Amino acid sequence: MKKYITLAFLAAMLTGGNAFAAIKVVTTTQDLESITNEIGGDKVTVDSLARGYQDPHFVEPKPTFILKLHAAELLIAVGRELEIGWLPPLVNQARNTRIAPNGDRYLDASLTAKILEIPSGQITRAMGDVHPAGNPHYWLGPDNGRRIAQAIQKKLSEISPSDAAYFAQRYADFDRRLAEAEKRWQAAMAPYKGVKVVTYHRSWPNFTDAFGLNVIGYVEPKPGIPPSPSHTLELIQEMKRQNVKIIIIEPYFDSKTPNSIARETGAQVIVLAPSVGGVKEVTDYFKLFDYDVNLVVNAIKQTGAK
Amino acid sequence: MERFQALIHSNAPFRLEVIVIVLSTFARRGVACAGVAASCLLARPAFAQAPQQPAPSTQQADPQQIRQELDRLRQEFEAIRDSYGARLTALEAKLGTSAPAQVAPAQPAAVPAQPPADAPAVAQPPAAAPEPAVTPTPQEPTTPLPAYNPATSKVFNPDMAVIGNFLGAVGKNDVVSTPALRLDEAEATFQAIVDPYARADFFMSFSPEGVDVEEGFLTLTSLPGGLLAKVGKMKEQFGKVNTMHPHSLSWTDKPLVMTNLLGGDEGMADSGISLSRLIINPLFFLEATGEVFAGSAGPFAAHDRGDVSWLGRLRGYRDLTEGTNLDVGTSFAYGHNELGPSFRTRLVGVDATFRYRPLQRAIYKRFLARTELIWSDREQPPVSGGDQASFGYYASADYQFARRWFSGVRFDSSDRAEDSTLRDKAVSGVVTFWPSEFSQVRGQLRHTRYAGGVTANELLFQFLFSIGAHGAHTF
Repeated sequence: MKKYITLAFLAAMLTGGNAFAAIKVVTTTQDLESITNEIGGDKVTVDSLARGYQDPHFVEPKPTFILKLHAAELLIAVGRELEIGWLPPLVNQARNTRIAPNGDRYLDASLTAKILEIPSGQITRAMGDVHPAGNPHYWLGPDNGRRIAQAIQKKLSEISPSDAAYFAQRYADFDRRLAEAEKRWQAAMAPYKGVKVVTYHRSWPNFTDAFGLNVIGYVEPKPGIPPSPSHTLELIQEMKRQNVKIIIIEPYFDSKTPNSIARETGAQVIVLAPSVGGVKEVTDYFKLFDYDVNLVVNAIKQTGAK
Repeated sequence: MERFQALIHSNAPFRLEVIVIVLSTFARRGVACAGVAASCLLARPAFAQAPQQPAPSTQQADPQQIRQELDRLRQEFEAIRDSYGARLTALEAKLGTSAPAQVAPAQPAAVPAQPPADAPAVAQPPAAAPEPAVTPTPQEPTTPLPAYNPATSKVFNPDMAVIGNFLGAVGKNDVVSTPALRLDEAEATFQAIVDPYARADFFMSFSPEGVDVEEGFLTLTSLPGGLLAKVGKMKEQFGKVNTMHPHSLSWTDKPLVMTNLLGGDEGMADSGISLSRLIINPLFFLEATGEVFAGSAGPFAAHDRGDVSWLGRLRGYRDLTEGTNLDVGTSFAYGHNELGPSFRTRLVGVDATFRYRPLQRAIYKRFLARTELIWSDREQPPVSGGDQASFGYYASADYQFARRWFSGVRFDSSDRAEDSTLRDKAVSGVVTFWPSEFSQVRGQLRHTRYAGGVTANELLFQFLFSIGAHGAHTF
């Protein structure tokens, strides 16, 4: 009896697996996970390695990630050296060459995106943790969400040509909803074009660019270098001079220095979600901007920032 | 022969090749042709008089043909010149327009205009080249380069880095005396993908003792059956510390058990073949590794080609919560020791690591506790005390208490492999400061009680610094 149940169970597992045959996608961040879900629908299963409230530069290369990558049929990475400290050793041990860079099941989502802050001329590490290939936080511009989605649609259609129409239809739907949402976000931010802000890390150029905020300084003296007293004093003076009232930080940074800067300058510290999953409410790519735009607008209203 | 000369004359650019061919042809035919070869060697003066030299059948009928040929060549040349000219102008135009667009200023507000959102723009390939001599290469926008290849001219160069390990010591140690100050090691790493099937990693160690290939191996990444193979010289997968490079340790030194039982400071690194496989199961990460080595590293010595050493390792890992995990392993190694072909050494090791790193505060806080226990079974002749069963271990804890600050303690205890009645013990306290990801300063207070009652109190310090490619973080 037991044997039959086991057999039946096995058979169900096997046929079930075949019937679904969802493409197993692994993404490095939850933003890519969300967009992949938008495009792939029920033809994919998506798993993200990093969580949205984690600093994506410093993810621990845990062996459990090796297992996920081993089984992955597609790896989608942010690229631009965001994951350079942790993804390469994982991919090297995954025993899955197709998902290695230049493999046919690897997608660098940045290749078709609009990348800002590509350094020109000589760069050295005296400039801090610079990204020679440009700012990797590009998903924070909604227009790049569309570009990422299109790249994913193309890749998924390549993997499963029979579902190409399905992916195309889902992309068109995502595109339409994103265009509507963008109108909403732009309308909310329209009165505040040119408002001056300070951010902790250089995570937000695509966001501030999309919504017309003016970043006049950073809490970090240089990318990846923690705040120093002298830089903090300079920043406070500059903020006072320019009357800056908003400090944007990521949930994974210590808020001590930003808070003391805020006390000195009468500014408000807002912890934006840098990624899907950055805070509990932000469960998809649309809610990411809903949440952030809402926080920024409220803070500007409260502080009367200009 | 005339045919060859005609060839030589009519087809000047190819004459040298023809001479070579002619020579080799005649060489095969033997001595009779020596004269011919000699005349061919004189092809140069012959070429000078080419127009006058009557080359029978072909040349007489040919002026017409030659003229036609010339015309054709001229046309071809002009076509090529035109097309290159056009391409050059196009490139110049492209450079002219893209140059301002490529300058991405620090101010995000002044970011270059890009195509509208509905027409995804192809990202501008990275223009940054660490070498100023390399001009930003004009890129074909349709084939963007992967992000980590900044300059096309260096695309196939391996990733290179140099890590300096500077050590200092204060205090007295009569047993193991290290210099007051020394650049203990400059490690140069070269890493790249070999071909679609493999990658290669080289770690060259430059130290006061000389230059050594610390590791240099090929990794076959595309084997079937979930296998991963490594071939070359590599650190043997015995436990944790033995597999690590000095710069990724949490201390300035190695635990006593490593030096006592695993064969000195170098540890076990040998030429061999390593094969590992994931054992997929729903409960945890499990990896099995089997290795065979030439047999002359660490505690082993090969007296014969057949005296290879063997190693097996099983590693399990499991996430306990999102921020905590447990990593356990057991290793076994077997080989001959330096006393002779009939004396063998067996090693058994058990290691366990517990990690805590809260995801949201990952850059500020982490804790790691680790222990390795090693048993050594060494065959010796009765004159040198007979077989020795030695045991040693270390237990350590590291705690990151601020973004750039780490502290740690370590307890050491180990018998000596050659004489298990001699036991060395030590305790250390460590503080590490990270100015950035690429450099660190470390101080370590170490109290050692060597077998026989000799003690040593030392302050060891270390500067570690890395230039070049961004290495992966250790785990």
